[in-house]
Amino acid sequence: MTSASTGTSTAEKSAQPVVSLAHARKSFGDVEVLHDISLSVVPGEVVAIIGPSGGGKSTLLRCLTLLERLDGGDLSYEDVTVARGGTYGDKSVLAAARDRFGLVFQNYNLFPHFSVLRNVMDAPVCVQGRPRAEAEAEARALLAKMGLAGSEDKVPCQLSGGQQQRASIARALALHPDIVYFDEPTSALDPELTAEVLRVIKELAAENMTLVIVTHEMGFAREVADRVVFMDGGVIVEEGPAEQVIDHPREERTRAFLAQRER
Amino acid sequence: MTGMLSEGFLVSLQIFAFTLLGSLPLGMLVAFARMSRFKPLALLARLYISIMRGTPLMLQMFAIYFVPYYVFGIRLTTDSKWYATIVAFIINYAAYFAEIYRSGIQSIPRGQHEAAQVLGYSRTQTFCRIVLPQVVKRIMPAMTGEVITLVKDTSLAFSIGVIEMFTVAKQLVASQVSMAPFAIAAAFYWVFNLLIDFVAGRIERKLSYYHD
Repeated sequence: MTSASTGTSTAEKSAQPVVSLAHARKSFGDVEVLHDISLSVVPGEVVAIIGPSGGGKSTLLRCLTLLERLDGGDLSYEDVTVARGGTYGDKSVLAAARDRFGLVFQNYNLFPHFSVLRNVMDAPVCVQGRPRAEAEAEARALLAKMGLAGSEDKVPCQLSGGQQQRASIARALALHPDIVYFDEPTSALDPELTAEVLRVIKELAAENMTLVIVTHEMGFAREVADRVVFMDGGVIVEEGPAEQVIDHPREERTRAFLAQRER
Repeated sequence: MTGMLSEGFLVSLQIFAFTLLGSLPLGMLVAFARMSRFKPLALLARLYISIMRGTPLMLQMFAIYFVPYYVFGIRLTTDSKWYATIVAFIINYAAYFAEIYRSGIQSIPRGQHEAAQVLGYSRTQTFCRIVLPQVVKRIMPAMTGEVITLVKDTSLAFSIGVIEMFTVAKQLVASQVSMAPFAIAAAFYWVFNLLIDFVAGRIERKLSYYHD
């Protein structure tokens, strides 16, 4: 195993990480899914996580977004220490951490009974207590930016998969997260719709948003990511600049995986 | 004759209304208890549901009618039958509603809870804003069926001596040596259930603005 230290490959190393994870361990029963994972992401950085299914990518993302709890290790969002040695902070700490990140799901998970607009503005009003008018104006602007102007009053089932995914990106952005995670955001989409979602993510990257993307789209990862992390068997096998990891992988496992993908 | 039957029907309607008023919220509490992670409470709720659904409502009415007298020695009054009927109906129907609620709540995909959690909704907010509205839509057909059954079940109060429509009908049949009162009573039940069907249909149509 090489590398796996925190953020060594980035130029912006001096900045304080938005999120940092150290020596994370996670097991489901007897199966250790994450084995001593350390990862931190600095502001403005775009990290792509690639690797075979069952390699721990999704579990890593679920632990970072507090949907699963680590068995061991430290997790913090800047000044908010979520977990230390696998022991988690109280409710208010978790709430403070949740305020820092957004998550875009593979299958969108929009709320089907809310209009598209309400999907985007409900949490800002209801969770963050922002004034309704302000939240609505921002939600409309975000939807327009996602190419969804005119769809505000529709319900999710009236949208295509690509539109639903863009609406869910708007929903995540509406809470002003410091970092946005994407869990295989295009896996449920056909190539045409995939392109429109990837275009939106690229725009966010260009605006210097901090993004962590679990993806199977190698071309996209190479294009958009500052750093590519290859995970397999619950460990980070290799990480580095996209051109290095994808075009000139040093590890045999990375090479085998990429060869199998038939780029 | 129809006048006497409609007076009886008013009593039937009262049983119907009080039962819904009590069992709809109580069923929610039972459903929560049944889904509780606190095992003894969940077990207790299961036992409750099992007994309520596994024994006849008529027996439950008698049990509730006589228990205060035999166990606590409380003297039964003329009102006792009425209260026993209402209590028995409420706790019986709460068990059925609890299971319908539970089926609805557990049918909401995990992803909905996860999305709400990541967005920062509290558990109460998640339930009230995200889960419950979707549950209502999903359980409407089952609830309609159960409410229609309740309309007909109100006639069981006859067995304990509450003067509701079926009791009146039976007395009229005996005194007039005619089956007509039964036919008219049947028409009352049927027409009222048509009304319920109509209202339920309206609600379902109102909720059909989305599908998932």
